[in-house]
Amino acid sequence: MSPSSSGDLPSSTPLTSALGRRALLRGVAGLAGAALLPVGLTACGSTSKGTSSPGSGSGGGAITFGSNYSDTSTRTAFAALTRAATGATGTGITINTVDHNTFQQTINTYLQGTPNDLFTWFAGYRMQFFADQGLIGQIDDVWDSIGAGFNDAAKALSRGLDGHYYFVPMYNYPWVVWYSRSLFASKGYTVPATWDEFVALAQRMKTDGLVPLAFADKDGWPALGTFDIINLRVNGYDYHIKLMKHEIPWTDKGVTSVFDQWAQLLPYCQQGANGRIWQDAAKALENKQAGMMFQGSNQVAANYAAANLPDLDFFVYPVINPTYGTDYMDAPTDGFCLSRKAKNPAAARKILEFLGTGPAESIFLESDKWDVGVASKVDPSGYDTVQKKGLAAIGACKAVSQFMDRDTDPGFASNVMIPAVQHFIDNHGQSDIAGLQKSIEAQAKSIFAG
Amino acid sequence: MASDPAVPRTPSASRRRRGARSLSGRDRIVLTLMIGIPLVVDLAFVWFPALASVLLSFTKWNGIGGIDSIKWVGTTNYHQAATIYTPFWPAVRHNFIWLAVFLLLATPLGILFAVALDRNLRGSRVYQSILFLPVMLSLALIGIIWEFMYSQNYGLVNTLLQRNGQNNAINWLGDPHLNLWAVLVEASWRQAGYVMVLYLAGLKSFDPSLREAARVDGANAWQTFWRVVFPVLRPINVVIVVVTVIESLRAFDLVYITNGGSNGLELLSVLVTKNIVGERTSIGFGSALGVVLLVISLVPIVIFLVQQFRHQEQQ
Repeated sequence: MSPSSSGDLPSSTPLTSALGRRALLRGVAGLAGAALLPVGLTACGSTSKGTSSPGSGSGGGAITFGSNYSDTSTRTAFAALTRAATGATGTGITINTVDHNTFQQTINTYLQGTPNDLFTWFAGYRMQFFADQGLIGQIDDVWDSIGAGFNDAAKALSRGLDGHYYFVPMYNYPWVVWYSRSLFASKGYTVPATWDEFVALAQRMKTDGLVPLAFADKDGWPALGTFDIINLRVNGYDYHIKLMKHEIPWTDKGVTSVFDQWAQLLPYCQQGANGRIWQDAAKALENKQAGMMFQGSNQVAANYAAANLPDLDFFVYPVINPTYGTDYMDAPTDGFCLSRKAKNPAAARKILEFLGTGPAESIFLESDKWDVGVASKVDPSGYDTVQKKGLAAIGACKAVSQFMDRDTDPGFASNVMIPAVQHFIDNHGQSDIAGLQKSIEAQAKSIFAG
Repeated sequence: MASDPAVPRTPSASRRRRGARSLSGRDRIVLTLMIGIPLVVDLAFVWFPALASVLLSFTKWNGIGGIDSIKWVGTTNYHQAATIYTPFWPAVRHNFIWLAVFLLLATPLGILFAVALDRNLRGSRVYQSILFLPVMLSLALIGIIWEFMYSQNYGLVNTLLQRNGQNNAINWLGDPHLNLWAVLVEASWRQAGYVMVLYLAGLKSFDPSLREAARVDGANAWQTFWRVVFPVLRPINVVIVVVTVIESLRAFDLVYITNGGSNGLELLSVLVTKNIVGERTSIGFGSALGVVLLVISLVPIVIFLVQQFRHQEQQ
């Protein structure tokens, strides 16, 4: 008995150490591999290609277009738009669609590597930063031909920090308070115009057994919209933009009053927001379990079943400080940029000239019923009620901001503001607000130091 | 084991003989290739990135532009991580909690499963398949499956507990006091199955005559396991401890799928990724966090290596 067992064992000992060493190497390699991640991930985005080839074949060669319109609806709309662009300019376009989040995450390495000639992007500081780093091509000449079709606000959004143009806007969408017409009619609710009416309405809904405000922040960014709008209502647009650029410290009194104001509203917001995706919150609104929801039309209306859309309506966020009334809102603008490393910039510029026109935007908006065109010559006859109302609401603003992650350093928004706001929500607004502001400011200082 | 002196002596004696012979040219080429290729791969993909990470951790770089755009900042990154970067200390704490749960709960549970299955219960193959199933799924998939289970208003767990209303729902994944434990259940679900398979393999190769002898000597099942089976399976035990430590330090997938590793689910691995992958990157700061993780991983690795070498010397 014992000879046979002792004969087995020595042979298993070297096996152990070999396994252990291999496992050790794997651990070290895993760690070290982290340094290589940014490069590796660029190749990971699921790409799919759609090509529209030129009808006649003349016109300076084909171009490639990097797109983050990965949802089926926007993808269809974008395919129709590029087909039209090919028809109008004779330039073939190969679309390279990458998943929305992956596209943004890898933009840094994408633009430094071998980017497509044109790519979809966002207005605001988010564009200005990459323009400033020399990764986006300057397109003043394109604006010479399309400039007349846009108002001054759209022009300002398309300029970089150096005053040159780097962006062609396509559409924007309003961040407003959504509700069901039928629910308001059956319960006799009226649209609130001021903060006090808003809170009173929320209280009434709570007594009626409804969730007053559907609320979700699992992804982190949706609640930043609430910070934006309260800041715009309490402190105004100039203050908001200065804060976003860290020209005003986060320990400022103005920021304290935003959090204080928000804390009054939190008891009426759907509980457990940090564990809920906004799609589920929108579902609560659609099922009439919730009375209202504050989010962009690009999310709420796009997520609604077509049959329920006629019941969906919105009002702009109520007045808090009469000085600023309802003069401002977040209306994020999406559009297109030219890569600095474009292989066929001449043809790409021609395409941009086409994309920056009213008719082009109308083609895109044919199948998109929640965004509104930015060009002043877009024909609004194809708009549904939500779009018409959205257009009017944005038009009524004296200035529109983009959204926190577009107006400030995106790294600051995602690594500092998202955790801070989630912490605030977790503690039901009862947290140490001064401490929170101090922590935000300390991190902002290190990030904005350059 | 080491009591039989004939066994270790034979290989070392033959090695000495071979060493005395001079190598032929062909042997030399083969040897150079066999050592050279792994060495180059090892240097290029393990040591270079690791050393580069250490160097980068003392710099500030946003990942745009060439090497000349990298700024030397000394230990600022480490200082900022420890003082103003709020997720840092929670992440360190969560990594240790993860390790403790794996070592004290998930791994013993897996061993228990293995021992129970080794007793040839009726239908043990069915149990074995069920327990092993999670190991065959990718961690990303496990995260998604459990996200459905834990969903507040629509998930299985809250529905069974009758806590899926708008006001009484348990916020498993969103409450920072709960979600780490909820995710550790997911992780343990897989880890227990993994350890079970490893241990079962060991138990299957266990010499049954040893157990017979223990029974003849009057040992009960408990004594047989702890006094005979467990010590004899020492090599497997070491592998399992190493696997457990590595699995808990490299934990990433589940929390990343669940909420991107924020709001109560911070782990060092996620913080590294957050800082070096993304729209705006702080390569230097991310590298500093990576170095911290490296240093933490070195502790169990060094302990393991020292033990191994000591063990070999004794032989």
